[in-house]
Amino acid sequence: MEKLLEVEHLTKVFTLGSLLSRIRIRAVDDVSFYIRPAEIFTLAGESGCGKTTIARIILGFEEPTAGAVIYGGKRGAKNERVWFTEGVQAIFQDPFGTFNPLRTVEQYFFETVRNYRLARTREEAIRLIDEKLRAVGLSYEEFAGKYPSEFSGGQLQRISIARALLTDPKLLIADEPVSMVDASLRMSVVNLFKKLKEEMGVSVLYITHDLATAYYVGDRIAIMFRGNIVEMGPVEKVLMEPLHPYTRLLRESIPEADPSKRWSNKIALTETEYQEYLRTGCKFAGRCPDVMEICKSAMPGYVEVDGVLVRCYKYTSL
Amino acid sequence: MNGTILRAEQLQAFYVLDMFGTRRVVKAVNGVNLEIRENEVYGIAGESGCGKTTLLKALYGAMDPPLRLIGGRVFYRVNGQDVDIFSLRPNELKQLRWEYISYVPQGSMSVLNPVIKIKETYRDFLESHVRGKTRDEIFEMAKEHIAALGLPPTVLEAYPHQLSGGMRQRVTIALAALLKPRIMIADEPTTALDVVVQRGVIQLLKGIQESLGNTIILVTHDMGVQANVADRIGIMYAGRIVEEASVEEIFGNPLHPYTWYLINSLPRFGDKGMRESVPGSPPSLITPPSGCPFHPRCPHTRPICREQMPSFFEPVAHHKVACWLMGEG
Repeated sequence: MEKLLEVEHLTKVFTLGSLLSRIRIRAVDDVSFYIRPAEIFTLAGESGCGKTTIARIILGFEEPTAGAVIYGGKRGAKNERVWFTEGVQAIFQDPFGTFNPLRTVEQYFFETVRNYRLARTREEAIRLIDEKLRAVGLSYEEFAGKYPSEFSGGQLQRISIARALLTDPKLLIADEPVSMVDASLRMSVVNLFKKLKEEMGVSVLYITHDLATAYYVGDRIAIMFRGNIVEMGPVEKVLMEPLHPYTRLLRESIPEADPSKRWSNKIALTETEYQEYLRTGCKFAGRCPDVMEICKSAMPGYVEVDGVLVRCYKYTSL
Repeated sequence: MNGTILRAEQLQAFYVLDMFGTRRVVKAVNGVNLEIRENEVYGIAGESGCGKTTLLKALYGAMDPPLRLIGGRVFYRVNGQDVDIFSLRPNELKQLRWEYISYVPQGSMSVLNPVIKIKETYRDFLESHVRGKTRDEIFEMAKEHIAALGLPPTVLEAYPHQLSGGMRQRVTIALAALLKPRIMIADEPTTALDVVVQRGVIQLLKGIQESLGNTIILVTHDMGVQANVADRIGIMYAGRIVEEASVEEIFGNPLHPYTWYLINSLPRFGDKGMRESVPGSPPSLITPPSGCPFHPRCPHTRPICREQMPSFFEPVAHHKVACWLMGEG
């Protein structure tokens, strides 16, 4: 099986506090996964689960404490910046923060064209930019000379994607691309990922906390909790028949747009984030409804259940 | 049916900006009629920039420049009397605040003073509203209140920055409920929170409403949250309420095309069928479109939609809509 990008035993340790009261937090703890060509792979979890740290490591903004990122068969390929970024482009969370409000949006496009030497003349550049803008449902005429404030959040996010497409990337890393876009315009961005995958064979690492869009657009999904992947497999399996108690809690906590499906049972919110990070056993043991003695002493390993990898003692005896 | 507790008539509130001699008017609330009842959760939904927050400010009587009241009135029902809030003197309005109506603004950090502990905020608050109590008694009251709402008592000893976003939000909501107000206004209380934490916050809000039997006006663009807590929903578009009905009606039988898009653009588990966003972009409130403000984005536009704003009428019992497709209006 072909792997476009692979992440192997990635670990990142952050140190918090002063010299005397030092806390070491494993923000990413031995995480491995791979992305196939033309596949939307979702990394999902709540804030502080380490998903953005993984994106930052892949993009080379952060050095991992251990582990490696393999792209195009090369380890540490991100050292060859130009070659790496031509194939792997990023889209960030805040569409209003991505662009400088005092520069016209087209300047970013011409800059990218120049940096990667994608066109020889201005006409050629405009033709290329127009082609990419049309792929996201916009055009050069309606965009030329405008400032970021003249677009809605959804439009800006699609413009971000069009800019990323200039280099004909094989992989887009999208970190919470729709969380700041209005719910009514979200699907215009999400549908675009689907289209890029189907028509251009682009893979997407879709990082999100929104499981509903992950289900809608994704092929495979990994659920992260406090630095670990706790469940990984096809979206149909993981989200419709969740195995890990944490996945189940997440899935139940999404409010459905159906007044007949209101929550009936109450949930407990107890420990703070870093207390959970510092647990020795399974990080979810403090809130798990099915907790056993063994969960508190050691982290379970991966078990494969019906094509889904899960990290929970409930399944280790199978 | 319960009695009306808050009523808005033809409410218009605009931001009037003077920039280098040119006057810009943002028509954020443009003719809103509302009747909110006792003991209900009234949800207001719409895209960002549709005037939701400004409507809340107007209902709360917080008209600070550049926001100006252009027309209309807001009545609270206090002790069996209708009180026109814009005719009240500032100190009379201040008396109603927190004891009769409280407001949870968007972004809880702005309510809690960052340099004092949570218990000091509670003390400040109680000292200015509850007379004749000693410091210890006040502290006891705060502790009891926190415990009754199921929050850990340790939060009182913490500074705001030491709490997680969800806990801060719950502390702010607890503070707004402290004096048992008849109306609580919550502006996007769960935006930017994780789903599990969001569920905890909603659970708290719902619990307070059930135990006090009061009214909550909940603004959120998240239709999932609305479906989960609201009793009735008003859909807001370009400074107006364009549809209003019970939560079951809104989700089961949306009449306005905009409402239909809001609900049907949401992805659902177990259904991978194609979902579409609302077409086009949100309208400008400085130069709103003529006629029905939704007509440039509407797939069913008729000539009259471009010319005249439809009136807000009731084609189905207890279900109001402003749309030409639904009849004469």
